[in-house]
Amino acid sequence: MNAIYRARKRTNLVLLTISGFAVLFGLFWLAWILGTLFYEGGHALARATLYYQMTPPPGADGGLANAIAGSALLIAVGTLLGTPIGILAGTYLAEFGKRSWLANATRFLNDVLLAAPSIVIGLFVYSIYVAQVRHFSGWAGALALALIVIPVVVRTTDDMLKLVPNSLREATAALGCPAWKMILFVTYRAARTGIVTGVLLAVARISGETAPLLFTALNNQFWSVNLNAPMSNLPTVIFQFAMSPYQDWHRLAWGGAALITLTVLMLNIVARSLFRRTD
Amino acid sequence: MQRRAFIACLAAALFAAPALSADITGAGATFPYPIYAKWADAYRKATGVGMNYQSIGSGGGIKQITARTVDFGASDAPLKAEDLEKNGLIQFPAIMGGVVPVYNVKGIEAGRLRLSGQVLAQIYLGRIAKWSDPAIAKLNAGVKLPDQAISVVHRSDGSGTTFLFTNYLAKVSPDWKSTVGEGTAVKWATGVGGKGNEGVANYVARIDGSIGYVEYAYAKQNKLAYAQMANKDGQFVTPDDDSFKAAAAGADWAKAPGMYLILTDQPGGRSWPITGASFILMHQVQEKPESAREVLRFFDWAFANGGGMAAELDYVPMPDAVVRLVQSHWKAKLRDQAGKPVYLPVP
Amino acid sequence: MSAVIPLPRDLGSNDLAASGSPHEPRRARSPRWLDAVFENVTRFFAVLVFSLLAAILVTLIYGSQLTLDRWGFGFLWESDWDPVKENFGALVPIYGTLMTSLIAMLIAVPVSFGIALFLTELSPAWLKRPLGTAIELLAAIPSIIYGMWGLFIFAPIFQSHLQPVLIDAFGGVPGLGALFKGPPLGIGMLTAGLILSIMVIPFIAAVMRDVFELAPPLLKESAYGLGATTWEVVWRVVLPYTKVGVVGGIMLGLGRALGETMAVTFVIGNAHRLSASLMAPGNSIASALANEFTEAVGDVYFSSLIELGLILFLITTVVLALSKLLLMQLARQEGTRT
Repeated sequence: MNAIYRARKRTNLVLLTISGFAVLFGLFWLAWILGTLFYEGGHALARATLYYQMTPPPGADGGLANAIAGSALLIAVGTLLGTPIGILAGTYLAEFGKRSWLANATRFLNDVLLAAPSIVIGLFVYSIYVAQVRHFSGWAGALALALIVIPVVVRTTDDMLKLVPNSLREATAALGCPAWKMILFVTYRAARTGIVTGVLLAVARISGETAPLLFTALNNQFWSVNLNAPMSNLPTVIFQFAMSPYQDWHRLAWGGAALITLTVLMLNIVARSLFRRTD
Repeated sequence: MQRRAFIACLAAALFAAPALSADITGAGATFPYPIYAKWADAYRKATGVGMNYQSIGSGGGIKQITARTVDFGASDAPLKAEDLEKNGLIQFPAIMGGVVPVYNVKGIEAGRLRLSGQVLAQIYLGRIAKWSDPAIAKLNAGVKLPDQAISVVHRSDGSGTTFLFTNYLAKVSPDWKSTVGEGTAVKWATGVGGKGNEGVANYVARIDGSIGYVEYAYAKQNKLAYAQMANKDGQFVTPDDDSFKAAAAGADWAKAPGMYLILTDQPGGRSWPITGASFILMHQVQEKPESAREVLRFFDWAFANGGGMAAELDYVPMPDAVVRLVQSHWKAKLRDQAGKPVYLPVP
Repeated sequence: MSAVIPLPRDLGSNDLAASGSPHEPRRARSPRWLDAVFENVTRFFAVLVFSLLAAILVTLIYGSQLTLDRWGFGFLWESDWDPVKENFGALVPIYGTLMTSLIAMLIAVPVSFGIALFLTELSPAWLKRPLGTAIELLAAIPSIIYGMWGLFIFAPIFQSHLQPVLIDAFGGVPGLGALFKGPPLGIGMLTAGLILSIMVIPFIAAVMRDVFELAPPLLKESAYGLGATTWEVVWRVVLPYTKVGVVGGIMLGLGRALGETMAVTFVIGNAHRLSASLMAPGNSIASALANEFTEAVGDVYFSSLIELGLILFLITTVVLALSKLLLMQLARQEGTRT
């Protein structure tokens, strides 16, 4: 065995071991972060008061009920606003626009929007809505979340509709079915699992978003489901509580963080298993 | 059938809810946030009306009330009479308290460190960089000062607490006055920025060798070590509501135009040098007179019943004479769009 | 024997009989214009999405009009940020954004490369999917949790154990030492960069793994056949083949790092000061906005913050557009979707 060969073998072994360490490095952080999150947050989540008491003033004990409700409402309204727009735009891209310049340009810009910083979306909604009506509101927060939902849903709808085999479309056309009926009743139904997956992923994404809510929905100390007023939400509450020096607030912040992470992970798992079942 | 019932319940909940939600919104200073939040909680239990106060910093309070996105703004930095007129606002003091320097140094126990205004200014200018510096040692004979770098913590947001702190430093240190000046947000020479009083307290608690400045309630609630300060009379005073009251004792609110009064560096042997009042800002012409009345009702209640809660947190409630002054100010200045006064005094 | 099985034909002819002769066209049940309506409705929403990016750009430019008029391009290299004297400059936040992203990339790219290598070449088949899912879980964790964990758990350990080691080891080195001066705070540029790198790893690793899997097995087998080691195959055959996609993936990660808000705001220290040292606190565009936006008093202050947002938007849009172009180019080469 000559020296060059041995050297090459050695390099190979060393670098492959390093790549193994790279994986361990990634897994190490994952384990540490999730571990501390559920350790710290677990205690808070196990207490029933978290779910029915309101966010407390500093130095008092309480819960996150208004924040959970506010977040749920904002996410629901944001998804309800963004999903139809996203699905319809995605339908245009897959069914009508196909490879026209408008469709390709929209796909390109949509992907750029998908990865754009969410704080800029918050700035945008502040400028066109909050500054005009002169108050913070749940509607503004929901609008900001909708703007984050739209690119995700457009992308997945486009991809999923493109996967539907053309033979299906041709068969429906041969039966004399008009295009709109074909899309609504046949193509959507064929791609529905994929589209639902896309919506679930969008919901998972906006569940954890903080920045777009900072200047739109603001926050609220009390229980409120009034969308036209500042609305409490988990991420802003976590931000406020975590940056404070109060132990009670820190506990609640960890609990809220654990709750959000569980929700996001659950949604991801459901979306994945749904999608896998279609294969 | 089930789905329709569910939707009906949801709709009912959504439309019935406004009866339970917060009725008035305020935003601004983090300095009085602990006491406002306590008052809001008690007021809600007593009357069912919610007062939603968001502590986003005095700068934010001024901005939000000028933009009319909230019912009242709160600021520790009072606006001058011309600025009030320009924006059509009135201000009145709601509570008083003190700003204290806090520190986290392993070698120095709580309450032992003594500082003066000049030394504090030099630390915040970055000129005094170590705890063992002779200027600090001169004030602290008998205390073993570690040879550790000073990590300075200041505010990253617009803050009335910063205003009081920098106002005091500008009064006692000409160096500070010419280099940095005073304001709710200044160009800091050194250090890390925390968001809100909460952020500063959080950072000081975490960073070994750090110094910061917070409203006294934050130091007390979080068991941070606070320093004694030398006041105008040259005495070293410990911060507590007695020394804040002593500083506030000489204040003449009646003569202050637009109720603009700053209580830093007040004379008196027991006075705490960095004392201040926190102000509430409202529009002179109220577009929503009912909301304005709710705000005034809240503060009337707080002036009458909130003294005990304030004392628990070492704030100083406004003396009765000043409260009467404030109420006459409301009667004179707050009007609705038709010109009728908004304030209906409770008999 | 006499069971009559109705043939499809019979049914068919019955149908036709019901509607008339086989050659008479069936009357359309729904009018033709409904199709056009549907198509135009979908086209409307597609145009809406198309114009969203432009709308954001226009709104931000409009909002920063005041600062643009006052300082123009000078705003970009002014390091002063003085709300009292109303003198603002973007240099410190831009520097912070770029520096933290650079640190994040320096760490994340090699690590992601190692992960992609492992997942495509070394990992046994049964391990591939769970491992891939685990790495992708890092991407699913919301960024505010990274921020909290960074401030509460990581920063204290960093301050007490790791930073002093770094300062002692490198502080004295001429030149490099300037990067490691200053008291150990736990928070600061380096901490922010580290946390950002962990956030970005799953994005880059996922893209790298996908493009590595696109490399034709024929090429790899030929190299193995010539006696190449696994490392040599990856480094000299797979990587050059997929380099366009790899660069695209790196730029995707960079775009993410540049725009990240919450993870950075907790740990960057919020100081509007330029400092060579990585131990020092700083500011990024996103953290400056998160901290100061709701409280900015004065039109100039407010307009300066909007212009910061505009600058961030432009930087990330350019980076992401480039990334997309590169990835599309690779897909075109392959004829498959990325």
